[in-house]
Amino acid sequence: MMKNLTCIECPLGCVLSVDVENCKLAKVSGNKCPKGEIYAKAEVEDPQRIFTSTVLCAGLDLKMLPVRTNQPIPKNKIIDAGFEVKKIKVTKRVCAGDIIKKDFLGLQVDLIATRPASAGK
Amino acid sequence: MAAAISASLNGVKDILLLERDQYLGGILNQSVHTGFGLSYFKEVLTGPEYAERFTRKIGQIPGIEISLKSFVVNLTQDKVLIFLKPGMLQTVKAKALIMATGCREKTREMVHIAGTRPAGIFSAGLAQKLINIEGLLPGNKVVVVGSGDIGLIMARRFILEGAEVKAVIEIQNQSRGLVRNLVQCVYDFDIPVYFNHKVSRIYGRDRVEKVDVVKVNEDFREIPGTKFELECDTLLISVGLIPENELIEMAGVALDRKSNCPLSPELNKTSIPGLFVCGNSYKVYDIADSVTRDSEICGKMAAEYLLTL
Repeated sequence: MMKNLTCIECPLGCVLSVDVENCKLAKVSGNKCPKGEIYAKAEVEDPQRIFTSTVLCAGLDLKMLPVRTNQPIPKNKIIDAGFEVKKIKVTKRVCAGDIIKKDFLGLQVDLIATRPASAGK
Repeated sequence: MAAAISASLNGVKDILLLERDQYLGGILNQSVHTGFGLSYFKEVLTGPEYAERFTRKIGQIPGIEISLKSFVVNLTQDKVLIFLKPGMLQTVKAKALIMATGCREKTREMVHIAGTRPAGIFSAGLAQKLINIEGLLPGNKVVVVGSGDIGLIMARRFILEGAEVKAVIEIQNQSRGLVRNLVQCVYDFDIPVYFNHKVSRIYGRDRVEKVDVVKVNEDFREIPGTKFELECDTLLISVGLIPENELIEMAGVALDRKSNCPLSPELNKTSIPGLFVCGNSYKVYDIADSVTRDSEICGKMAAEYLLTL
């Protein structure tokens, strides 16, 4: 079965024409770079997204600390992730890249800080 | 920051960087989504991560003095700046000046939506600041007016915060923002998108209650009989940006009245020699990486200008 996807790897947004057989990618065209092929395969077989959000801080110079998963997570877990981050509160100073939650949602990815936050306020 | 670092690398010894906010990085700090850095750093970063690359670098350069919470209130054509800083009013004279003042968002008033003026109408970037910096959710049932990148990104952000996004309404026949944002922020969450439609009226006394949506023809005129209502408590306006150039206008730089960009003989230059503008206040860019690239050129141009004095 042929269908079209829009690649989201970069701002170009190539329209990918993909041939899908039994939920597996058989062929892709329309991509201007190799990333398109990797994206198409993932999008057809197991769509993944990097999850980004903010978590509440207490006793730090930021009220909200921006975070992301260090690896993409399954697309259908994004909404769950949105609820899960609300349970987290950061009270100790962090550097960008520090792990905020190990094995986030049991997905074997870590939630990491994307901005430093120091004590204060 | 990119312009200051570049000016320094090109030999300028005495640089003052004025920032009105309490931290460097501007809008990147509230842009917590990914998509930055792919072209400049060859990796995918969030806005705060992208900003931190520069704050780290700039902190190591002794020739750059950073002054935060510094709000410039006056600028003359001789490049004399007056700025406010907590507890003081200071004057500096620059030999060369680079303005990197960015953009403001267009408002509801600028797209002429009829109706009442209740609470619940936000520009998309303001809603982004409220959620990502202040930790406040501006509303629960959202309609996005326009399809600028920030509006699309905020549609997803509201969903992740547990709110409902009723629709994205775009008057043109295609997305104003990048397709990737339409895909990963709107289609991923099955949010309805109405192209060739506009919000024609806002209802609500104290808070937004509902809006009228109507289909338009190629001349953006309403097509009779196509009107429908959407119940909502929040409207996000994402209809474009205006370069923030009031200071250089005060100094006498000629601006294009329609876009508010400086009338410019060459990238980053203005009608006043030695007064440069870079980034979104020079022209509205789609991608932060392009801003960095052109701002580095700007820093070099300023350094070269100083050698001619």
